Amino acid sequence: MTVFVWIESFAGRALPSSWEALGAANALASELGCAVTAIVFGENAQAIAAEAAGYGARGAFICSDASLKEYRPETYAALLSQLVAERKPKAVLAIASNLGRELLACAAGDTGNGLISDVIALRLDGENIIGARPAYAGKVLMEMRASTQTTFATLRARAFPSAAAVEGIAPMIQPVSTVDAPAAISSLVEGFALESGTVNLTDAAIIVSGGRGMANNPRSAPDGLKGEAAAIWKAKDGFANTLTPLAETLGAALGASRAAVDAGYIPYAHQVGQTGKVVSPDLYIACGISGAIQHQAGMRNSKIIVAINKDTQAPIFKLARYGIVGDLYEVVPALTAALRRRLG
Amino acid sequence: MHVVTFTRSTPDTAAKVWVDAGGAVSWGDVATVVNPWDEYSLEETIAIAKSGGGKSTVIAIGADLHNDALKHSLAMGINAAIRVEEVGADSHDSLVWSALAAGAIQKLGDVDLVIFGKESIDVATDQHSMQLARRMGWTLLSFVSAIVDLDTAAGRIKVERTFEQGKQLVSAPLPAVISVLKGINEPRYPNFLGIRKAAKARIPVWTAADLGVELPASATSVLRYFNPPPRAVSNEIIAGEGVDDKVETLATRLFEEKVL
Ligand SMILES: Cc1cc2nc3c(=O)[nH]c(=O)nc-3n(C[C@H](O)[C@H](O)[C@H](O)COP(=O)(O)OP(=O)(O)OC[C@H]3O[C@@H](n4cnc5c(N)ncnc54)[C@H](O)[C@@H]3O)c2cc1C
Ligand SMILES: Nc1ncnc2c1ncn2[C@@H]1O[C@H](COP(=O)(O)O)[C@@H](O)[C@H]1O
Repeated sequence: MTVFVWIESFAGRALPSSWEALGAANALASELGCAVTAIVFGENAQAIAAEAAGYGARGAFICSDASLKEYRPETYAALLSQLVAERKPKAVLAIASNLGRELLACAAGDTGNGLISDVIALRLDGENIIGARPAYAGKVLMEMRASTQTTFATLRARAFPSAAAVEGIAPMIQPVSTVDAPAAISSLVEGFALESGTVNLTDAAIIVSGGRGMANNPRSAPDGLKGEAAAIWKAKDGFANTLTPLAETLGAALGASRAAVDAGYIPYAHQVGQTGKVVSPDLYIACGISGAIQHQAGMRNSKIIVAINKDTQAPIFKLARYGIVGDLYEVVPALTAALRRRLG
Repeated sequence: MHVVTFTRSTPDTAAKVWVDAGGAVSWGDVATVVNPWDEYSLEETIAIAKSGGGKSTVIAIGADLHNDALKHSLAMGINAAIRVEEVGADSHDSLVWSALAAGAIQKLGDVDLVIFGKESIDVATDQHSMQLARRMGWTLLSFVSAIVDLDTAAGRIKVERTFEQGKQLVSAPLPAVISVLKGINEPRYPNFLGIRKAAKARIPVWTAADLGVELPASATSVLRYFNPPPRAVSNEIIAGEGVDDKVETLATRLFEEKVL
């Protein structure tokens, strides 16, 4: 018996959140009395598998074939499905990133196994693996289990502690070959544009977010800009010159409300909420955000929430551990300066 | 060009949702809406079918609650709606679901492209589109943020997929299954004429027997729903003489909380 864990990597490096999936796999395997096998595909798989061994994986299936250099569900799922069909692991785990969701859903479908997505806790009940997950934007929780030989589960980022470093394990690293001949692969990766500058929101320990209130920037917009265009200029200036310095001081990612995104103040990649990203950082600082239910759905599980808003009645204050009532354009620069002094 | 999209009804995102004494999920009598992520897939479906002189079909699988989402889709401008319901089947299980969905696609016969929304906003099982694609043996392109090129003559599609690390440009042959993200388009609102037409539409219901599919056993089961423990937050509005005083207090608190 074994537990598979997909170590997601990008450009030859493991994603840090993969060690959370490995941590969850280690905990499950030790309860089951079995070992963890890392699944590593793509560039640098050998070195990543060795790194996984340093976090407790006893074995690894690796493949660095050229057809796996860039992630594609077609090639990755074919190989993972074949390994699952042959080795019949008790579980297959991965972080619920976009690619983790896609890959595990494909392989679960291919092999006729059940998948539980976005799991925040795993436990064993006899032979059964039970996953707890949020539903209805976290308003309800549910427990599910798969009745199939293998249980697939994608794990919410930051819900499981990272695997601890271990020493002295010589991993059994087994290279495997791809399933499809290059001619049988139908999709063609034609290019890639890196997401520049922004920290990954779902992995971030600290997030500084801005809302519609960002448009109330006291700086005046350049001559000629009026109405909507002036508001957009002001809000963009605020994100760049008021929120970003705070985020940089804290090593934080930049988030936003849907109102800010829809108004064109900041790209959609930054949206937090029910139709954006669901995040659970240690610290979430909401600036000029009212705290609508759909926004809360994305950030309610942050450890400490700070709200900066000029309206004492804003719902965000009910959720926030700490609040400052005031103009964000006065409070945020002052806070940035105070934190800079302390953080050196 | 025949473009098919799948959708279903979900409780309004502003609704209070809870687990009742009987262990069932309830949102009282608040109305359902079309799954908000599907507004983008519906718009994309309508736009592609219109521009290529093709047709569009929307399918929901499950109970008649989903007729609301189908009517909304028709009101937006989708040409035809179908509901698939197999009473007694666990269509919440995605393996059962994808068997029914694949059966419906096969029965339609001439489908070139299937478009999904990113996920269901309520239960977000994150697998319907993927498992349908795998069952059909069609190329899967999830998380599409732009359709760069759709060449029906050559039978190819080129899309931009967005995931955490960036944007991947991929092309693939048709038929294909894609899922689209918010931001790919501006969904239209149903107009008065559309709403009138949709209200009168009769939506056919197909069963597993109509589709000639053998349903697999359900692979997952829900053991229980429960209400999350109340979040015990004590709120502190930071007091102080002026802004500088307040931010100093806040900074001190944040260090005490060990989040910095
Ligand atoms: C289906 C659906 C899905 C949705 N999904 C999301 C989602 O994913 N994410 C999301 O965020 N929303 C989502 N929404 C939208 C949500 O309902 C709210 O409209 C949105 O969150 C409001 O954004 P906001 O707080 O920035 O704006 P507002 O509600 O307008 O609040 C702005 C706040 O800024 C404050 N303010 C203004 N100026 C200043 C200043 N100078 N200093 C300090 N404070 C100031 C105001 O007091 C106010 O509280 C969704 C809605 C629907 C229907
Ligand atoms: N029962 C259903 N009928 C039709 N479409 C569905 C159904 N369940 C999910 N979908 C669609 O599948 C996509 C992904 O949903 P999910 O896999 O549940 O996150 C969304 O576009 C949903 O609207």
